[in-house]
Amino acid sequence: SKTRESFVSKMNDLVSRYRTVDEEFFEELEDLLISADVGVNTVMELIDDLRGEAKRQNIKDAKDIQPLISEKLAERLQKDDSENALNVKEDEMTVILFVGVNGVGKTTTIGKVAHRFKEEGKSVLLAAGDTFRAGAIEQLSVWGERVGVDTIKQQEGSDPAAVMYDAIQAAKSRQVDVLLCDTAGRLQNKVNLMKELEKVKRVISREIPDAPHEVLLVLDATTGQNALSQAKTFSEATDVSGIALTKLDGTAKGGIVLAIRQELDIPVKLVGLGEGMDDLQTFDAEQYVHGLFAD
Amino acid sequence: MAFEGLAERLQGTLDKIRGKGKVTEADVKEMMREVRLALLEADVNFKVVKQFVNRVKERAVGQEVMKSLTPGQQVIKVVNDELKELMGGEQSKINVADKPPTVVMMVGLQGAGKTTTTAKLANHLRKDHNRKPLLVGADVYRPAAIDQLETLGKQLDMPVFSLGTEANPVDIAKQAMEEAKANHNDYVIIDTAGRLHVDEELMEELENIKAVTEPEEVLLVVDAMTGQDAVNVADSFNNQLDLSGVVMTKLDGDTRGGAAISIKAVTDTPIKFAGMGEKIDALEPFHPDRMASRILGMGDVLSLIEKA
Ligand SMILES: Nc1nc2c(ncn2[C@@H]2O[C@H](COP(=O)(O)OP(=O)(O)OP(=O)(O)O)[C@@H](O)[C@H]2O)c(=O)[nH]1
Ligand SMILES: Nc1nc2c(ncn2[C@@H]2O[C@H](COP(=O)(O)OP(=O)(O)OP(=O)(O)O)[C@@H](O)[C@H]2O)c(=O)[nH]1
Ligand SMILES: [Mg+2]
Ligand SMILES: [Mg+2]
Repeated sequence: SKTRESFVSKMNDLVSRYRTVDEEFFEELEDLLISADVGVNTVMELIDDLRGEAKRQNIKDAKDIQPLISEKLAERLQKDDSENALNVKEDEMTVILFVGVNGVGKTTTIGKVAHRFKEEGKSVLLAAGDTFRAGAIEQLSVWGERVGVDTIKQQEGSDPAAVMYDAIQAAKSRQVDVLLCDTAGRLQNKVNLMKELEKVKRVISREIPDAPHEVLLVLDATTGQNALSQAKTFSEATDVSGIALTKLDGTAKGGIVLAIRQELDIPVKLVGLGEGMDDLQTFDAEQYVHGLFAD
Repeated sequence: MAFEGLAERLQGTLDKIRGKGKVTEADVKEMMREVRLALLEADVNFKVVKQFVNRVKERAVGQEVMKSLTPGQQVIKVVNDELKELMGGEQSKINVADKPPTVVMMVGLQGAGKTTTTAKLANHLRKDHNRKPLLVGADVYRPAAIDQLETLGKQLDMPVFSLGTEANPVDIAKQAMEEAKANHNDYVIIDTAGRLHVDEELMEELENIKAVTEPEEVLLVVDAMTGQDAVNVADSFNNQLDLSGVVMTKLDGDTRGGAAISIKAVTDTPIKFAGMGEKIDALEPFHPDRMASRILGMGDVLSLIEKA
């Protein structure tokens, strides 16, 4: 893929310009990671770790530290192989709730995820829980049509919790495999809107005891340090189980997911790589780390 | 998890030099380290931070000690002054073309807030300047983008020109100009589709829209939460479209908004408006000095000047 090929560039460039692993090398690596939005604290901690490890393993040659850097980064993002898989119920309905701030890609990601489930032969229903933003219901409906699944909706301005209730009843009576729930974008410092989101989740849990089976926080890779505060506040409100990192097809890297993993232990599960319905991938830590150093 | 402001960061160093007659180079170095970290945590681009810190260092070391300020205060003052200077003065005006209609093109990455800002700007032009704008739906790609603009148009009770999703955005823009002339609209605000700055084909589409409409304003709409990549985005859009201004959206959030500095530094284009919410009246003039304070957590810093 694109990320894997262009990986060679920045990291190789760095390594080729430094013969030995010295302070300047680490300083430049620090800049590189900061430019990927990893965040100062996480970068410092990481560099310290690398410095120590290089010393322990007696690594002097810049070339030899390259695999160590990739390894250290990847292990911070993914602890075991299964954790980036969506929690899908085999013999009962799976409900996935999508949350996040405005414009990050929630609705689009739902379209892509619906398409993926459909391809796997599952029956899918969409819930138009964004009753606030102009055109949001139409947008989700268009995605539904594209993918070939139905959308449960009410009028603009109606209560999102009521839409969810309706959608769950419909999903139950149609016995669908997957219900994907859209919500309106909201900034995490809006207390009332976060309460509204809690209520939406409560309605889902009340109707289906162990649902939602996934709460996916959608993060825009272009976002800087604020994403950490998003992850924290949305987790408090809805107990986020995974991250969908969108817009990785641009030049932004979304490095803040490293800090989020470190501080809140939320794994990245999905990656968005475009606006089409196939532009979705399961998160792959190694590939992601390669992408971090791409141009 | 609000980030530490510069004030908290500097507290340690300030405690040490309190009561000293002058700031040594070592003191300045330590303070500059904190300035650097504060700016990075606020999402200012690392290259911009480097230049900035060097400039501040020069001024802070070389400067005569002012009688009225302690050395600590002085460094903070220099940081604040430099940042304000970089941010420039207030310019929340939309240019007017010599010959109406005045065309405003909204451009930017996906999800930045272009469509919402299109409606907000139209509202502002009518309410505060008694203008009669025509909104143009030139986003034929995003599902229901035109529905979104039409819904907003209805809320505003303003006309929206569109030709459906099969039409070419350049043709839409061209025909919209005719429509505006026929209906005596004095402003034409074109909502374009979100696109990546590296998408050559779609960037060329914007150049073509620009060529046929000769806009007085090409406004880059930027999400205030944008991180380090803001410089690449702003630089590309500016190089290809020669921006006339920037709108920072979602400033009603709790982001520090350091992207504002990065964008200002690379484009030298004024940031004209701030989006302060999702509703159509949530548009405010952009205040560069307040932004400087916000980025540094300067509310605290100014009080620290009093304390130091
Ligand atoms: N390039 C790119 N664009 C994306 C990706 N995901 C979403 N988008 C675009 O980002 C914009 C916003 O996406 P939406 O799905 O509407 O985002 P949202 O979070 O539902 O937005 P709100 O409901 O308004 O909060 C749209 O133009 C999408 O096409 C991605 O992975 N890559
Ligand atoms: N809180 C807040 N939300 C905003 C602001 N401006 C826009 N939004 C929201 O951000 C999301 C995206 O806004 P849009 O206007 O659809 O963005 P866009 O740039 O037109 O998106 P695309 O056309 O998909 O590229 C929506 O949920 C808006 O309501 C703002 O200033 N504050
Ligand atoms: Mg949405
Ligand atoms: Mg739009």
